[in-house]
This record gives sequence, structure tokens and C-alpha cells, in this order.
Amino acid sequence: MLPTLGGRIQTRIFLLCTVGVIITAILTPILPGMTGTMGERYTATYLILLTVLILGIIWEFIYHFLMQFRWEKDWPTLFGFITFINEGFLVWGLLLLGVVPGVDPAPPALAFWILFMVVWICVWAVANGPMRVPFIRWRFRGGRLI
Amino acid sequence: MVAAAGIPIVDTPLVLAGGGIGSFVTADYLRIYGVPTSHMRILSNIDHPWQTYEYLTRVSQIPRPERIRSDSSSRPDNIWGFPPYTWQETFKQKTLKHWIQTLTEPIFSDFWTPQAGTVFKGMEREAQRISYWDMLVKGQVRMVRRRAGGGYFTILTPPPGASQTKRVAFRSQYVHLAIGYPGLRFLPDLQEFREKYQDYQHVVNAYEPHEHVYDYLRNRPGTVLVRGGGIVAARVLQRLINDRKQYGLKTQILHLFRTFVTSSHGPSIFKRRKGANGWAYQGFNYPKSVWGGQLKAKMRKLDGDARAKEYKEMGGTNTPKRRVWEKNMAEGRRENWYHPTQGVVDSVEPTPDGKLVTHFHSNDGVQRQAIADFIIDCTGLEADITEHRVLDDLLKFSGAYRNPLGRLEVETTFEVKNTASGNGALYASGSATLGGYFPGVDTFLGLQVAAQEIADDLARRRFCKKLGPFRSTTQWFKWAFNSRI
Repeated sequence: MLPTLGGRIQTRIFLLCTVGVIITAILTPILPGMTGTMGERYTATYLILLTVLILGIIWEFIYHFLMQFRWEKDWPTLFGFITFINEGFLVWGLLLLGVVPGVDPAPPALAFWILFMVVWICVWAVANGPMRVPFIRWRFRGGRLI
Repeated sequence: MVAAAGIPIVDTPLVLAGGGIGSFVTADYLRIYGVPTSHMRILSNIDHPWQTYEYLTRVSQIPRPERIRSDSSSRPDNIWGFPPYTWQETFKQKTLKHWIQTLTEPIFSDFWTPQAGTVFKGMEREAQRISYWDMLVKGQVRMVRRRAGGGYFTILTPPPGASQTKRVAFRSQYVHLAIGYPGLRFLPDLQEFREKYQDYQHVVNAYEPHEHVYDYLRNRPGTVLVRGGGIVAARVLQRLINDRKQYGLKTQILHLFRTFVTSSHGPSIFKRRKGANGWAYQGFNYPKSVWGGQLKAKMRKLDGDARAKEYKEMGGTNTPKRRVWEKNMAEGRRENWYHPTQGVVDSVEPTPDGKLVTHFHSNDGVQRQAIADFIIDCTGLEADITEHRVLDDLLKFSGAYRNPLGRLEVETTFEVKNTASGNGALYASGSATLGGYFPGVDTFLGLQVAAQEIADDLARRRFCKKLGPFRSTTQWFKWAFNSRI
């Protein structure tokens, strides 16, 4: 990808609010080990998604800064994928510490990582191709949608 | 006046002057936006859009099976860039290696680039789909002039026998110019040598046919001096080295760089390009983000000297770092048959035994000579835009002026500045506009960036409907199923 800072943030918000919301809606009822009513489960998974989104915006500033050291000012496809490591572990750590509002206790590790990875892979896959089909100007505008 | 001169007039809303990839890409966008073929005429003396490009790539050592220097998603035959070329080659060859390469580029592998043949075949399919040839009118464009009543006249000389008159005038509200490179320019010392000694065999340009050099070297051992540090030099070296290996030749390769890059270089820690062994390394013609990222956004706001400075910082001759090339050159240095060196040439002369001696001095002032059987000029210098009569005429009579790099100054919409005529507009894209608000104009993706800006501007002028997300998606499915539009 060839993002600008504004483009990064807009794309992340857009994709998590579309792809992320749909995937979470589908996965929540079948995640292993989740307890509570269906309403409580959805509350927990969507709050996790919201946490990923908010922390992600902070991460985007860091990625943007790191990108400045690259001559091409690009963000290789691989980077877009492997940043699941830092982002995933941060959210998981915060869940274990019980500091994510509304999610207590933390969901089982397996449930969290299935949800996180499926959302991550789908968002990453859409951003690296299909996104360009409806939004033909998106890739030439550094990922900005508006 | 035109009618009084006996020149027949053809009316069409939009004229696309030039029949290369620039016009093809613009026509493709507009057809997808919904413009019927009857509203556009493409005026050109070539038969298919990739003709000139294929000629130039072939002579500069990129035949159809070889890979060009272009990104997987830069597809002149697909305005969405999806699916990328990688998918095509993956399904065709039933291997995952192409996918793995794009997923790991450029960190763990070289940038994946498509085969020239894949690109040409894709364009042929798309040209059929959009009825390209229904819009093509053969002939040589002579000039584009503003009309007193608004819009433009484009004067065309049809091929002999194709028309009753020597010229035909196309009257249109809009014109798009994509007439390619004005021409090649030789290095001054090589031009002088060719003219003085009338020798066009031993000093050649990489962009002109020069198979005789490789044929000669296959028959007897020889020495070649390669000049230039760009992609073409790398390609020519690859051919010389491949021949050397394949036929067991003893070819000696001298390689002269005007600027010899030894390490990472640039004005600050945030603007450092990698380099070594003479070369400045860069995946594509420009830093990638000129096509949509930070550099594109930044340049869009710059004018005059600030723009020229930014071009200078990102410019300079460069070539991609490909593992196989690096390996070959390291082998050549080790085995003493590849000799890269820095030097500025003073003169070239013939020797009594039919060879060429190049007198040059290096940056430390030391004078040196290099003796070779052939010199291949790979510097790829381009002629001034006034070498093209249409552009020259435009600068003289239509109000167009030069940008900070000496080419045509265009708006961010690619309208040529100061050439509006009534409610008409004149656009230009491609290499003639290098130096504008968008840097990568002379590339596949650059032509698409320009075409999209032009199509959107034409939509604002109500020439066509803007392409929104829904229509874009339905049009993509038509592309995917190869439905004619």
C-alpha cells in the first residue's frame, strides 16, 4: 500500500466498521468457550473490535513515522500483515489486565485469537485488492475515502 | 477558414491524439464511464496501442517472455488494478511462487513484475472489449489549434490513398494529447562521433535495433562499453552476460557510470536511497508513493522551484536491485570480465585497427582511455518537447507553456494550462507532461492516474457520468466476464 496518514486512518475505520463488523457478527455465536447470554457475548466482541479500532489509530501514527525511513514511502503488503503481532498482543494484554472497559473477564485465548485473526486477515485481504473495485479513486489518494 | 482552405471537417466531441498506451488508457476509462465510441476519435499512425512500447522494449532487450519494470497492480487493461497480474500468472502456471513473491516483496524477495507478453495480451483483450478499433482513425496528427468559436481543430494527414484530401480537420470540444516521447537524444559525444565518422554500427543506442552487436560477439571475442546506470543498462548487461554464459563467450564488459553510487545516498535520514557498485537502487521509475501516497500528495501542492527541487531529490538514474543481476555482476567482477568504473567522457575516436577509444576523466581528475569494439548508449536521454511538431506548435500558437522541468505545464486535472477555448478543454498526459503536479506520468499507473483525473474533469463538465461505487462494481464484473461495452 501507498498510504498517507489520513488515508491509513480512514481505511482502518472504514474496513473495521464494514468487514470487521460483519465478521464479528458471524463469528461471535460460534466462538469457543464464550460464556454469558448472546447479548453479553456480542457486547464483549464488539467492544474488543472497538478497542482494536481505537488503538489502531494510535498505531497508524507509529507506522506512519516508521514509513518515513523508507525511501519509497510505501508500506509493503507483508508489513500490513505481520503487524497483527504487535497489535494483537497489545489488545490481548490489555484484556488480561482487565483494563478494557466493559470486557471483564477476558474471553478465552482461543476465542480472542480466532476473532482477531479472522478479522485481521479479512481486512488485510480486502485492503490489498477488492477495495479498489468499488472505490476506484481510493488507491490514488493514499487510502483516503473522503 | 479551414473549410475555405478545402480541408474537410469531421465533428466529434472528443479527439484523442496519439494511439499509444496513453490514449488507450484514457479511452478505456471513458468507455467504462459510459462514453459511446461515437463520441471519441483516436487519431494515430500506429495500429495497436502497445506497438511502439513493444518495439522499444524488444530492442532494449525485453522480449515478450521477459519481465518489465512495473508493479503487479499497474494494469493498463484494468482501471481497478484488481486482480493484479500475479493472479493471472499464478492460475496459468499453477504455482504459488508468484503469490509468495508479492506477499514478501520487497523485503525477502525482489519486486514481482509481469512478463511483457502478459501486459500486451491483456491490452489486446481490453481493446477488443471496449471496441478500440471502432474509434481509431489512421493518420499523422499535424497540429491542434484553438477554434475561434470555442473548442479545437486537430489537423490530421491521413495515409496516402485513404482520403481525397491531403488533410482532414477534426472539430471537437475536447482534445486529449498523449503523443509519447518526443524522440531519443544521443549523448553529445556519441552523436558527434556518429556524424563525424559516419559510423552507425559500432556506436549504438540501446533503444535502436542492435542485434548485430550480439551477433558479432558470438562469432569472435570482443569488448563492449556500456554507458548509463539505469534499467536499460541493466537489461543490456543481462543480455551480454546471458550470451556469455550460454555460448561460452569471452566478452569483456566495460561499464561507465557518470555518477558512481557506492552506498545509500540522499539529503537526510528520511530521504535515503540505497545504492552500491555504481547503481542507485529503486524498485520502479519513481519512489512508489508518487503513485498514490505521500509523495503524490506532497507534490500536488508544489509549484515552481519547490516542485523542481522535489523532482531533483527523487530523481536521478536508478535501477531495481534484482538478485540475479547482482549475482551475475559479482561473478563478472570476481572473474575479471565485468569492469564498472566512474567517468565523464571527453571524446570518442576510432583506432587504426577498427576499434573505438573513449577518452574520459574520473571525478579525481585522472584521464583514462577505454578501448572497445562497440559502445552501447543506455542513457535513454529524451529530446526536447519542441522536437515534436504538435507540441512545438502548441507552445508557439496556443498559449501552452513549460513547467519547471521544461515540459508542458498541466493542471492537477491534466488540462494544459492557458489553452482553454470557450467551453472546450485540452488535456495532455504521458511523458510530455513530466514535471507537473503528479510525477509518475510516463508510467502505466501514471497514465491511469491522469486518465482518471481527466475522466472526472470531463464528468464535471457533463461530458460523461462520474463513476460511483455501484457502477464501478458492475463495470468490474463486466471486465471480469469480458463482456463488451
